[in-house]
Amino acid sequence: MDTVCRTYAGGMETGTVEDGAERAQGEPVWTGLPRGLLRMRRLLLVVWLGPIAIGTGVLLGWLAGPGWAAFALLPLGLLLWGWPMLGRNWRSWRYAERADDLLISRGVLWREETVVPYGRMQLVEVTSGPVERHFGLASVQLHTAAAATDARIPGLDPEEAERLRDRLTQLGEARSAGL
Amino acid sequence: MTVPIPGADDAMSTTRNTTPEPRTAAEQGTAAEQGTAAEQGTAAEQRTAAEHQAAAEDRGAADPRSAAEDLPAAAAEQRVDLDGEISGGPVAVVEQRLHPVTPLRRAWAPVAVVIGWAVHDPDGAQRQLTRLDPSTLLIGLAVLVPAAALYGFLTWWFTHFAVTESELRIRTGLLFRRTAHIRLERIQAVDLTRPLLARIAGVAKLRLDVVGTDKKDELAYLGEGTARALRAELLARAAGFAPDTAQDVGEAPERQLLKVPPGVLAVSLVLTGATWGTLLAAVVVPSVLWIATESLWTVLATALPLLGAAGASSVGRFVGEYDWTVGESPDGLRIDHGLLDRTHETVPPGRVQTVRIVEPLLWRRRGWVRVELDVAGSSNSVLIPVAPREVAESVIARVLPGAHVPDTAALARPPARARWCVPLWWKGYGLAVTDTVFAARQGLLRRQLALVPHAKVQSVRLAQGPWERFKHVADVHVDTGANKTVTARLRDATEAAALLHAQAERSRTGRREALPDRWMA
Repeated sequence: MDTVCRTYAGGMETGTVEDGAERAQGEPVWTGLPRGLLRMRRLLLVVWLGPIAIGTGVLLGWLAGPGWAAFALLPLGLLLWGWPMLGRNWRSWRYAERADDLLISRGVLWREETVVPYGRMQLVEVTSGPVERHFGLASVQLHTAAAATDARIPGLDPEEAERLRDRLTQLGEARSAGL
Repeated sequence: MTVPIPGADDAMSTTRNTTPEPRTAAEQGTAAEQGTAAEQGTAAEQRTAAEHQAAAEDRGAADPRSAAEDLPAAAAEQRVDLDGEISGGPVAVVEQRLHPVTPLRRAWAPVAVVIGWAVHDPDGAQRQLTRLDPSTLLIGLAVLVPAAALYGFLTWWFTHFAVTESELRIRTGLLFRRTAHIRLERIQAVDLTRPLLARIAGVAKLRLDVVGTDKKDELAYLGEGTARALRAELLARAAGFAPDTAQDVGEAPERQLLKVPPGVLAVSLVLTGATWGTLLAAVVVPSVLWIATESLWTVLATALPLLGAAGASSVGRFVGEYDWTVGESPDGLRIDHGLLDRTHETVPPGRVQTVRIVEPLLWRRRGWVRVELDVAGSSNSVLIPVAPREVAESVIARVLPGAHVPDTAALARPPARARWCVPLWWKGYGLAVTDTVFAARQGLLRRQLALVPHAKVQSVRLAQGPWERFKHVADVHVDTGANKTVTARLRDATEAAALLHAQAERSRTGRREALPDRWMA
């Protein structure tokens, strides 16, 4: 499958971050999510809202009169609004592996940025549901001793997810610390 | 596809296994010993285990303050497993049983059920009683009492515990076997509780708080002497004393830091809003209902729970927090309290995740504060129910070594434009970062200052909603291992972004200077 790894400040092509001077200078090398995730989410949006719009329009037009069929515009509007919103949201997701911690940044209106030091990771989980698998995607979730730590990176390439998992596990082991 | 990180397994400190098949005790013993032999393969460990066993026998015979001396019956039951020899090496773990009074701890339950039923439905109970003829009653009792006694005896007989070099093992169950291995270096706190009836019987409950333990992992009941000796031994082992000396270390000397006088406690409860709130509700709601419905039953049904809540929040708290003593020992912080049920907690050094100083409105004139603390895996949260601020701060300085509580002037307030995000209450927020703690204050009437040592920070998050972004402010959340989050709200957005990274850095470096898990090693 084709994956586009977009890069931000660092200008590096791959998601793999080499040991280098740019990290020492403090500016993290951000990696975006593959395009497959956006495609999957948009498809899900259409699959859900399309039939709902058609169903409402047909049913109401047939049972209550043509005027009522205008209610079908509601899910349709939601669909048209959701399409660019998903794009914006997808663009906002990015992560960076730094020397000692992992950064995850996400959200457009409700922005959230999480910093998890490698030494605090208790568990790294790679999950992939049936739909995600069909699109060749996998999610990585980090758990620390605090349940509030919500460090999840959705929709990665399976190879990238496994590379990340192995690297995080390795780093976590090297910097492991108790509670 | 789940990978636990080796060495960083605090969240899974207790290992359990449950075998759902009936096996004889002998078989189980052998299996357990084989497991032990496999784990403790080295000759050195075998030697220490043997020494440990010898020491235990020696102690049982000679030491006058030993547990065995206090409890002749328990000593008689003390079993030394030597099955290990069959599986290759002379590894022995001294397994002990709980106090023989244990089976009685649930004896009141059927009686309570019968009484509850009689109270709930007096007419029905009366009818059933008249229908019952003495012979049926006798036969019923003749079946039920031995059955209950047998059940109690069997649960007691099949519950064993043992202290090994690095673990406390609790083995229970006749049909469904369950073995809990609690790792001593992961101890977050040790609780010794003596409920009223247990105090009369001279027994106590011992519980190790480790992340992931549940109610079943407590030792209830042990003789009081045994419980104290065991607590001292467990703490000595967890602290890193050699296994053969751990038993002789004894109770660590304790230095009292604070004692709350009953008068102050009573006044503080009188000055608490919650006490008056529940009392007021208990008076007003039934009166209104009486005027509205004039039905005695409705009034009683609402008044009784409300009165109960009012009693629990005033008298209940007084009884629970009576004679509150905070002490300090090399084993950690000691908290003893209670009038009827006595509780003795020990929090080893370096286990406190968060300290909160709560200042209710009515206490402010007297300069009193309440101090709460969070320890991972422990449900107890109060450090000091009430104390003058200076005293509380000196205790906090002992609890979080090197930390001092930033005073009100040192707290940075949110920028004035934050009033558009949280009207009025924005003034209550404040933040101070010292070289040891992250301190965030919230609340206007009931002020609350939360302190997190940098070494205890698990992750840092920055969050910003659309309105906050418009006003150029953001929130910084700091997550700790006790599943609590401390938030510095409404900081200037640029400052918050810098704070996020600086805090992650401080948490990483703070970690290096933190105490080791085995604090005496």
